[in-house]
Amino acid sequence: MLTKRIIPCLDVKDGRTVKGVRFEGLRDAGDPVALAAQYARQGADELVFLDITATNQKRQTLVALVRDVARELDIPFTVGGGISAVADVEALLLNGADKVSINSAALQRPELIDELAGRFGSQCIVVAVDARHTAEAGWQVYTRAGTQATGRDAVQWCREAAERGAGELLLTSMSHDGTKDGFALDVTGAVCAAVTVPVIASGGAGRMEHFTDVFQRAGADAGLAASIFHFGEIGIPELKRHLQSAGIPVRL
Amino acid sequence: MEIAVIDYKGGNVQSVLFALERLGVQATLTAEPEQIRRADKVIFPGEGEAASAMRELRAQGLDQLLPTLTQPFLGVCLGMQLLGRHSEEGDTKLLGILPFEVKRFQPDAQHKVPHMGWNTLRQLRSPLFRGLREEDYVYFVHSYYAPVGTYTIAEGAHPAPFSAAVQHQNFYAVQFHAEKSGSVGTRILQNFLDL
Repeated sequence: MLTKRIIPCLDVKDGRTVKGVRFEGLRDAGDPVALAAQYARQGADELVFLDITATNQKRQTLVALVRDVARELDIPFTVGGGISAVADVEALLLNGADKVSINSAALQRPELIDELAGRFGSQCIVVAVDARHTAEAGWQVYTRAGTQATGRDAVQWCREAAERGAGELLLTSMSHDGTKDGFALDVTGAVCAAVTVPVIASGGAGRMEHFTDVFQRAGADAGLAASIFHFGEIGIPELKRHLQSAGIPVRL
Repeated sequence: MEIAVIDYKGGNVQSVLFALERLGVQATLTAEPEQIRRADKVIFPGEGEAASAMRELRAQGLDQLLPTLTQPFLGVCLGMQLLGRHSEEGDTKLLGILPFEVKRFQPDAQHKVPHMGWNTLRQLRSPLFRGLREEDYVYFVHSYYAPVGTYTIAEGAHPAPFSAAVQHQNFYAVQFHAEKSGSVGTRILQNFLDL
């Protein structure tokens, strides 16, 4: 049976891991390659690297990082963050990234999804969607690192992205991100019901039960988190054993 | 040992090269018929869309060469599907080395398409899987599949059974990404190198 996936997310800037990362036995917690290998050993099913570099050097450092990670890592990984050109995607895939995730560029020009899926195949194109809930507008899509409202409905945009050829959706609830109060079960469930491609839920994980909820109640295919893994608040092996005892298929 | 990895802009090539490098093997990425023919082992990776992959193979004359190879050969992912006769993806005529017809998965409420993630291997029957156990996990990403037949040497299910691996004479192929399947995948690649 296909398992539910646990995905740590690493923020990288200028080729280094940012956000304080505390890991026993890691000499250099800012080294994305060492951190990635550590997560793979612990049983992470995939990794996501989110590049937050803002300089002109971005493209080169990201390609170099992808190469270094791909050389070491024997599990799949996705790269995202400011990717907007077909040439960028090609360089990342050719250097060993398994998937790329696009966000603002797809909102700006939705045809980009069709072009990338047609050129490289849906299996490697992830569309990341940042959604925020307000009483007036419901679940709306935000762009430019969540700073700008688009006026698009989150579920409708997810459906359109999948129809255009996204092979997977990475849905982040900005209303839940950082709260540690649990994933956004309602919008995640609505997106899972609206599309037939896999959905990664992100934002709000604080306890192991939150993963159980997002898999069992919302129907997510994967759960993504950053700080709870980086700070060792939840260990991946114990999380997977917890999920297994709740009857959720996991790779142990 | 000379390992040729076939270069036809097939996607996951670099990951395959890195996986071989981790096993201490320096492989050559090539589309040169002579180099492919004299290699001890040939690996045929692939990712992407069947019709454009076949166009690229034909443009390089590889569609004629590959069926004539006699050394151990390993297709991976799309590199497995292309060994069949025909694919529903783009209504594409394939290499015809194996007799299967590639079909598209039909999604339902529990089974999404693409079939993406870690799933188990069953009915293992090949030296390719030496040291593995039934229900070991490997990583799949695909929307199309080869049905189970006499050529099947490992099965997956999503939810209907499909060929997770196939073999005909020297031609072995796996639907999953052995190069991205952790220690299980590494063992399979090593077993192939040991054939």
